[in-house]
Amino acid sequence: MTTTATDHPPAPPADGALHKAVLRRKRVPYWLLLPGVLWLLVFFAAPLVYQASTSVQTGSLEEGFKVTWHFATYWNALTEYYPQFLRSVAYSATATALCLLLGYPLAYLIAFRAGRWRHVLMVLVIAPFFTSFLIRTLAWKTILSDGGPVVRALDALHVLAVTDALGVTEGHRVLATPLAVVCGLTYNFLPFMILPLYTSLERIDSRLHEAAGDLYARPLTTFRKVTLPLSMPGVVAGTLLTFIPATGDYINAELLGSTDQKMIGNVIQSQFLRVLDYPTAAALSFLLMAVILAMVTVYIRKSGTEELV
Amino acid sequence: MTAFATTGSNGTDVRLTGISKAYGDVTAVHPLDLSVPAGSFFALLGASGCGKTTTLRMIAGLEEPTTGTVELGGRDVTALPPYKRPVNTVFQSYALFPHLDIYENVAFGLRRRGVKSVRKQVDEMLDLVQLGDYARRKPQQLSGGQQQRVAVARALINHPDVLLLDEPLGALDLKLRRQMQLELKRIQTEVGITFVHVTHDQEEAMTMADTVAVMNAGRVEQMGAPAELYETPRTTFVANFLGTSNLITADVVGTASDDVLLRVSDTKLTLPGTRCTADARVGGKLLVGIRPEKITLTHADDAGTIPDGRNRLTGRIAQSSFIGVSTQYLVDSPAAPGLSVYEQNIERDARLVPGADVVLHWNPDHGFGLDAAQSIDAGTDVVELGTDAREAGT
Repeated sequence: MTTTATDHPPAPPADGALHKAVLRRKRVPYWLLLPGVLWLLVFFAAPLVYQASTSVQTGSLEEGFKVTWHFATYWNALTEYYPQFLRSVAYSATATALCLLLGYPLAYLIAFRAGRWRHVLMVLVIAPFFTSFLIRTLAWKTILSDGGPVVRALDALHVLAVTDALGVTEGHRVLATPLAVVCGLTYNFLPFMILPLYTSLERIDSRLHEAAGDLYARPLTTFRKVTLPLSMPGVVAGTLLTFIPATGDYINAELLGSTDQKMIGNVIQSQFLRVLDYPTAAALSFLLMAVILAMVTVYIRKSGTEELV
Repeated sequence: MTAFATTGSNGTDVRLTGISKAYGDVTAVHPLDLSVPAGSFFALLGASGCGKTTTLRMIAGLEEPTTGTVELGGRDVTALPPYKRPVNTVFQSYALFPHLDIYENVAFGLRRRGVKSVRKQVDEMLDLVQLGDYARRKPQQLSGGQQQRVAVARALINHPDVLLLDEPLGALDLKLRRQMQLELKRIQTEVGITFVHVTHDQEEAMTMADTVAVMNAGRVEQMGAPAELYETPRTTFVANFLGTSNLITADVVGTASDDVLLRVSDTKLTLPGTRCTADARVGGKLLVGIRPEKITLTHADDAGTIPDGRNRLTGRIAQSSFIGVSTQYLVDSPAAPGLSVYEQNIERDARLVPGADVVLHWNPDHGFGLDAAQSIDAGTDVVELGTDAREAGT
């Protein structure tokens, strides 16, 4: 009894100190979040709000723009530029599919068969990033130039006759055709497909392949029933990382395409920088965001991997 | 289990002939012949890196042998890929498919072979391993012991001719491991399939297997029933790896009827010739082995009460530790330092404390003779290694 009595008095102050320490520790996450949140506020949220207000303004450069809640800009932009929207989605979807077809076998090879070459190959995948996006696309312009070795070789192999017939190239040239733009998009976004694919494939325990083989699965069945389902997070992440930026891209269409291959990114760019019709440009940007968000939502729902992304 | 009765499967024998595996310059398994009788529980025992898992993987087809053949029930399967072999494996880390639930994991093999209705068989199998209520859980939601049972069920449901188990209990804690040993033994008796079990745990091998093959550095050191291996080891490795042995270097001084007469320092020992696997030439040397629990300690003052005909050594107790069922003594003798003696705690002699002079004596029939040319310590350090590996695995 006496011992407990003497033990009690110093307890409240100690309790208070403990309470303070707990409070301080609880605040730590917020301090850690602060730089990121500030960054997002200044460079993401603020411009977003600014553009949102721009999109409902009317006026001209000379008289100045005023917020008039003119939502018709959206409708006008959509009716005028829906071909570019459709084209963007079509090109981007094709490029994403091509990236998946090219990237999956490569990522698979690097993850499971490359052995000690694994790291070298990964460096090679990332190597293009050491050169600017613009320079690399310009290089493609040279590669695909009319009468260049690539075009001549394709023509000699009658590939261009086939692609001409399919309508993706025209007049035995590659440059300034849909094929050139899709090839450029595929090339530029391929690493964004390979990296997440590789990461998810590499995480698969190779003993699962052995277990599948041990349980009567042939190699192709093992791939279909074990490897592919387990790499779905990588497939979803890779397609999103490819499709989203490719849809809004304008460099490839600008450098490798003609006016007939203009994508929505080109329209936004010219509205902002050449036509100086800021409300239309801003409205188009928001429409693009909405389209992408809607498609991605449907895609993630369909692939049933919400918890994996 | 009706599922197994209908197949009438009683297992198949496994025959390995001259099988070996080399990775570049490193030989993992030296050419070895191994014959596993149909329906038996066979254990490959050895420390990590001794080639036991490689041997198992060659039976499964997951590893291609460098030389030799694998026969299952008289059929040469050496060239067959794993998915065409009538064997199934329980992997060390279970290798359950994380994207499939327990039901689909167990049904995997049946579905691959085009079995249409798997429901009845899967339900029966889940009941056999007492996991009926967990059918729709994902593997990562199960405990280690439950995952282990799923791995067994997933393999057994295919009625393999041979079930291969690669350290299946390595990741479980001691208590669960003992429980699963009995469980696996029960299942094996029930289904009658040939089990080939790889383990580094000598107690596990002895508890479960009908036949144990002790492997060391890519070779089979000795093969036989657990009791035979324990009572009559043929190499120092087996003597030390399976339990503990006292090995004493002795000079062969002669033979009398069927016995070999030996001398260590000034003490005479005898060993029945039948218990000696080495060539005992007069003038040569021999290692005499005796298990610690076979030795009796008597205080030096009572030396006269020891019956005739027993081997005796004098010594002084260096250490004693009370274990519960027994007391373990470390006795230094002029013949050999650090002899282990386990005494049952029935009638403890209070004088047997460190520093006491004692006589160690044993029935000569309990000794065993080994070739003195081999390392006396072989297999002692690997026991430590094995225990460490197991500890790390938990």
